[in-house]
Formats: sequence, structure tokens, C-alpha cells
Amino acid sequence: MSTATSNSYLDNLLQSWQRPPASSWLDQLRANAMDSVGTLRMPSTQDEEWRFTDISPLSRLPYPVAHAAPKVQLSDIKHCYLEEASCRLVFVDGQFVPELSNIADNASAIIGNLSSLLPTGDTIARYLGQLAEFQNDVFTALNTAFLRDSACIIIPKNKSVTTPIHLLFISKQTEVTSYPRCLLIAEAGSNATIIEDYITTEEAPYVTNSVVEMSLANTAHVNHIRVQRDNQQAFHIGNCTVSLAHASQYHSVSITLGAYISRYNLNVILSGEGAECAADGLVLISGRQLADTHTFIDHAKPHGKSRQLHKCIVDGMAHGVFNGKIMVRPHAQLTDSTQLSRNLLLTNKARIDTKPQLEIFADDVKCAHGATVGQLDKEEIFYLKSRGLSELTARNLLTYAFGGEVIDRIPISSLKRQLEEIVLARTQIS
Amino acid sequence: MINQDSKTILEVRGLHANVNGIEILKGLDLTVKSGEIHAIMGLNGSGKSTFAKILAGHPAYEVTAGTIIFNDQNLFDLEPEERARAGVFLAFQYPIEIPGVANNQFLRLAYNTVQSQRGKEELDPLEFDDFVREKMKLLEMNPDFLDRSVNEGFSGGEKKRNEILQMALLEPKLAILDETDSGLDIDALRIVANGVNQLTNKDNATILVTHYQRLLDYIVPDYVHVMEAGRIIKTSGKELAKELEAHGYDWINADDHSKTAGVRL
Repeated sequence: MSTATSNSYLDNLLQSWQRPPASSWLDQLRANAMDSVGTLRMPSTQDEEWRFTDISPLSRLPYPVAHAAPKVQLSDIKHCYLEEASCRLVFVDGQFVPELSNIADNASAIIGNLSSLLPTGDTIARYLGQLAEFQNDVFTALNTAFLRDSACIIIPKNKSVTTPIHLLFISKQTEVTSYPRCLLIAEAGSNATIIEDYITTEEAPYVTNSVVEMSLANTAHVNHIRVQRDNQQAFHIGNCTVSLAHASQYHSVSITLGAYISRYNLNVILSGEGAECAADGLVLISGRQLADTHTFIDHAKPHGKSRQLHKCIVDGMAHGVFNGKIMVRPHAQLTDSTQLSRNLLLTNKARIDTKPQLEIFADDVKCAHGATVGQLDKEEIFYLKSRGLSELTARNLLTYAFGGEVIDRIPISSLKRQLEEIVLARTQIS
Repeated sequence: MINQDSKTILEVRGLHANVNGIEILKGLDLTVKSGEIHAIMGLNGSGKSTFAKILAGHPAYEVTAGTIIFNDQNLFDLEPEERARAGVFLAFQYPIEIPGVANNQFLRLAYNTVQSQRGKEELDPLEFDDFVREKMKLLEMNPDFLDRSVNEGFSGGEKKRNEILQMALLEPKLAILDETDSGLDIDALRIVANGVNQLTNKDNATILVTHYQRLLDYIVPDYVHVMEAGRIIKTSGKELAKELEAHGYDWINADDHSKTAGVRL
């Protein structure tokens, strides 16, 4: 068992942390989180939740917290801009960059970074750090302890933000750790679409440790698209916690393309009656990449509905991990839940570990789940070849189509196009 | 149409083939010339569909003996996609569903691949759209099928029409229609047959693999072959199909047996 004191990654971070002198609520939050870090250790493959994901390479890297962000050239990131998004918040190494951001004069919502919105009221203080529990998760605790900036979005009651809000998190410095953070408060009856997008301009390794909290009040409706396109040396640990009140709807699509080792934890709590959630995902990895997705959909109240389609396309010697836990608590009667994990292995050395995990404590529910792991269908390949397509074209087309089913669920056409191009380029290499 | 001077498109001699180690074809011979329509009939398990799949190059079928010359080329030298580009087309008995691949994308890719092989001009998506819509009229197909995934959720009849649409686009030298009539109601059968008839000409040839005579009322063959136990045991003109319909497949055996008996006497 590795302990906090024997881990140079953690050691370095701990040494760089200074107890804040002031005692604002925010300082208090950071201090509490750091206290938690002291009681926790880096997870190892001995831990059930990390059984297939060995993050020991991270433990050997003394990457300090990223400080003042260097300048990013617009030309380096412009290709990731989305034409539909009238509002864009850009963070470089976790810190807000107003020059690259565009906070449209938006009467429908309060959108900005933490320091600019702190004086506007106590809403943020009431929510920040409340959903993302740091007591039991060292990465959430570290993110909270080093919390300096955050994207904050408040959609007031019954307001709709009609265009997507693009949160662009750029990694610029290498061999550092950055702590992107996002808080979304969707008040009753509100409606918004958020794109959480991780990119980099560099090729050397870095660590991203992100935390997202979303709170949906009664009948709020949020679309959440997460795109992780880090470089193939990077480490990426992402945590997202979503709370759904009565009859609210949360639809998410997560696309994982990058990082040497990545882990995404999505926790959705259906804490009000009749809440609805869709949590779809596509992982496309190759080489020696490892991508681990852990989702936890917690049906705590009756009449909830959840839908999940998770797909992995694994090429080369890469390794995909999916753990999809669905909890139906004793009073969550008439829950309707489906989960499907479909996986495509493109080589003999590619590997998948998939684990649907249903824990049902109510007796009147409808729950279905399934998992498939396979290679491309020989009959489909033959059919395409019998029409003149080469073996390679046939394989590429089928691989592309496999991923396309998830990408099609993204409601933003420019992002869909960007991703289709990436997937097409990736599937044509093999 | 039979014309003795026509070029031979397909020459099959002594074809033996296995599936999963079991011998299905046991010495099949067949000659097809351009302009001709051949019907291959026979009971289930006689080897009709195996023969069709072998022509297209399905990897599950192992040829153990015999030769197939297609258009002066050894067919076994060609991969399935090379056969398709050279002009072999198999309309599948059970067309494969391919979720996530749009039908129009697939059709255009197939069309352009074959076109470029023939040194002809490829079409961009807009040009192709006009072109394929015109071809779809031939088969009375709803253009909505272009935007759907290949064969996904299509009815039996819609899948078969989609097969003949591909035949119309690829303009093969040799088309093999494997039980294209199965699962079709009479209206769909008429439409599909009409489409096939418009695509046959003096320069190509068609092999109809079928169980029933019904299809042959609409696509009139020049030759009817009867297969049994992996070989063609009888060849005749279109009237053979009618006799089979009236008397059943046993009639051929009975006929053969009486002849044999006659010799003995």
C-alpha cells in the first residue's frame, strides 16, 4: 500500500500548499479539503474502484501545481471554437483568460469565473464544494484544496440560454498539474447546454485534475457535453457530480480521445421524483492509452428514468475500462433504467474491462443492462467488400459507424463535425 | 437471349467446395454467355446458395477442386472486392444491416470505387444524389431510404429492392440473384423483377437462384438448371421450371430412374 508520505507526486503538492491566512468560506473550504488530503492516499490497483487502472506512473512524477499561465496564441486554439456557442469561457492551466473568452451580454444567465462572480451574492458559496465530496476522494480533495478559479454558471429560474456555453480548458504548461473547476446552478425551469472541452497545444506530459458540479432544480433541463482531447502523454482525472431535483432532465455525452491514462467519474444522483438522465459515452483510444470511465447513477426517488449507452473503440495495445453502477434505492419505485456497454476491439492486443453493476433495492422497477465485446462483424465486412470496398475501407467505415452512434447524440453540429473528422482520421490510421 | 456467338462470361468446371469441413458442392459445371439468363433451382441444401456465395468470394467457403473462369480471368485469383470491381455482383439472400452507415454514403462509396476502377468519373455527393434518385424510381423506392442506415429496419421487400438498386448502380457483367424472390409479396416481386429486366442486356448475364417458379414468370430464363447434392443434374429451357412446379423435384429423379430402368431392360 502506498501512503501519502511515500508518494512523490502527492508530496510535492502537499509541500507547495500553504494554509491561507484569511478565513473566508472559500479559504475554509480549501483548508478542509487539504485536511482530507492528509488522511487519504493515492489509489492503487488494490482498491476495487481502481482495479484495472494503474496510476502508479503518475505517482512518480513530481508535477507541481501550475502557476501564472503563459500566453496562448489564438491561432493555436481557434480550430476548437464552436460557431454555435455565443458564450465561451477560456481557462489556461486552470486559470481564467478574459482576453480569449467571450461572455456575451447575456440577460438569461450569470456566467463568469469565480473571482468576478464572488461579490454578486452568496449563491456560489452555498453550492461550491457541496456536491463534489472530497472526504473520500484524493483527487477531488486536491482539486478543492488548490481551488483558485472556477467557471461559474447560474441559470436563473425559468430562463433558457438558447446557445451552448463553451468551457474551453487549455493545457499550456507541461510537467505541471492544473485544476480546472466548474460549477453550474440551473434554477427551477431553466434550460442550458454546456460543453466542457479539454485541449492542449503541447505534446509533453502534464496532469489535469478537474471537478465539475451541477445542480439542477425542479424541471431544469441541462445538456452536458464533455470532450477530453488531451495529448497522448497526459494524465487526466475528471470528477463530475450532478444532482437532479424533481422532474429535471440531464443529458450528457462524454467523448474520450486523449491522455496516456485517464479516469472519468460521473456521479448522477436522481434526488427528486421523476428525474431523468442520459449518460452516454464514447472512448476511442489507441497505442498504449488507458481510459477508464466510472459512472454511478443513483436512483434515490420514484419515477426516475435513466438511459446509458457507453462505447469503447480500442486499437493498438490500448486498454478501455468501463464500470457502470446503477443504484435503485428502496423507495425508488417505478424506476426505469437501461444501460448498454458496447465495445470494439480492433487488435488482438487491445483490451477491455467492462462491468455493469446493478444494485436494486426496490421491487417495482424496470432495469435492463447489457455488455458486448467484439471485433468487427465479418459478414458486414464481406458485404461491403462484395460491393467493391477494400478491406481497409470496409473496416474504417464500420469502425467509424460504431462511434458515430454516440457522436450523433451531440446536439451541436459544429462540434459533431469536429469530432467526426477526428474519428475519421483516427480510424484511417489503423 | 441465347446467341451461340456470344462471349463466355462464366465457365465453371468440376467445382467442389466445403463449408465447415462438409462437402457441399460435388462437381458443378456451368457455362454462362453474355446476354443469357440462367435459373438455378433445387431443394434447400442442394448447394445453390453455396455456389452463389463462392462466386462472390465469401471467406467461409473453401473451394477444394475445380476452376472458375470469369471474363478470361481465374476468379480465384481475385479478392471479393476485386471481383465486384471486375463486374461480379451478388444480390444477397439476407442483405446485411449496417447500423451507423448511411445508405447514401455506402452507395456512393461503392459506386465511386467501381467507377474509378473502370476509369470513369466519380460523383460528388450532390451529383450522386440526383443520379441515385433517378435509379430509385426504377424500383419505386422512397428517397427516405437514402438517409437511413444500410438496410437497418428495412422490411424484407425493402432490403431486396436496395440490393437491386446496388445492381443498377454498379452495372455488373454477371449478376447473381440469391433467392431475391423470397419474402416478397406479389407487388414487390413485380417491381423487383421489372427492375432486373431493365438492367439485363446483351452484354451482361444473370444467374437467378430460386426455389420457386414464381419469379420466372416475371424474369424469363433462357436456361433452367436443377441442382441436387452439389451438382447440376438437369438443364433445359424455361418450360422445365413449369414442370418442376407441377410435379415437384422428385419427378426428375423418377424420370431418371425410369430411363435407367429402361436401359437395363
